[in-house]
Amino acid sequence: MIHAVFIINRSGGLIFNKNYSNQLAQLSSNEALIFAGTFHGIHALASRISPALKGNATRDLGIQTIDTKNFRMHCFQTPTGIKFIAATDLLLTDLTDALKSVYRLYCDYALKNPFYNLEMPIRSDMFDTMLLKLVQTS
Amino acid sequence: MSQANNLLRLDTRTSKRSTMLLEQSIAKPRRDKVSLNAFAFLFAEIIRYSQNRVLGIQDLEAKLNELGKRVGVRVFELFMWREKTVHRETRVLPTLMFINTVVWRALFDKQADSLGRSTDNEDEYMITDNEPNILKYISAPKEMSSFSPGAFLAGIVEAIAEGCQCPARVTSHLVPAEGMPLKTVILLKFNKEVMEREKRLDAGK
Repeated sequence: MIHAVFIINRSGGLIFNKNYSNQLAQLSSNEALIFAGTFHGIHALASRISPALKGNATRDLGIQTIDTKNFRMHCFQTPTGIKFIAATDLLLTDLTDALKSVYRLYCDYALKNPFYNLEMPIRSDMFDTMLLKLVQTS
Repeated sequence: MSQANNLLRLDTRTSKRSTMLLEQSIAKPRRDKVSLNAFAFLFAEIIRYSQNRVLGIQDLEAKLNELGKRVGVRVFELFMWREKTVHRETRVLPTLMFINTVVWRALFDKQADSLGRSTDNEDEYMITDNEPNILKYISAPKEMSSFSPGAFLAGIVEAIAEGCQCPARVTSHLVPAEGMPLKTVILLKFNKEVMEREKRLDAGK
């Protein structure tokens, strides 16, 4: 089950942050921003030092999962540089499909919303409801 | 020199698809389906563009209404042509039925969900659409919660009502209901002459 979802824009700023269970400590908004910036940095580092082939530029070469004793963090980076991060329990091993659905929701309810400015925090009721539905069913 | 000639030739060559578009028959609506995503992006940009040029929610709705009117006039001509009937509705109730069924089905592939008459004023009628699919992706921020992007639909309806000789003032309202957060009601307030004409025609029967 998914504990939290974060979305980071191309410059490393946090644009979406939501907790879906009380098993993770609630981050203050400052801590969440610091987390986003740090993650953006280490993701970039990982993709630079990765020994994988550099031929296929669109393949996600950065961090994909971080395992800890109590939870697992998954990351999916889109070809446009946006990172979708989910913190889940240890039972879920591969969340790429769910994160791709979150990407699709982002494309639908954030990008097609005339009141959304790019790279800004997402403030859309439809996005929140659809994401809640997705988290509850996965 | 020949390279320059080749370049010029490339520029003036029109694409095959654009010439085919003008030669398509309008009677057969075979290829006029546009993807919802493409239209959603265009509509979102229309709203953003209008928002930069107005000073308030009422003005924004009025601008969208005007855009809808321009669409409605052309759409009305096209659908009357495609219906192949000689009869154009001039009474209030058949006009509303026409909008509900033919126009909605041709534009959105479904019928409008309900048609009703307001109980307070007898010159007000309502067309309800539970989930207008062109408005699916729009969510207004809290400070603009009274803005209804259905103003575009209201403009289309207003142009058609005027084409059927029943001019009305049409507005759109968001009435979120259980499970239908986008339920839009289009309110038509017919002009006084229309209602008087209706009364006369009904009395004369």
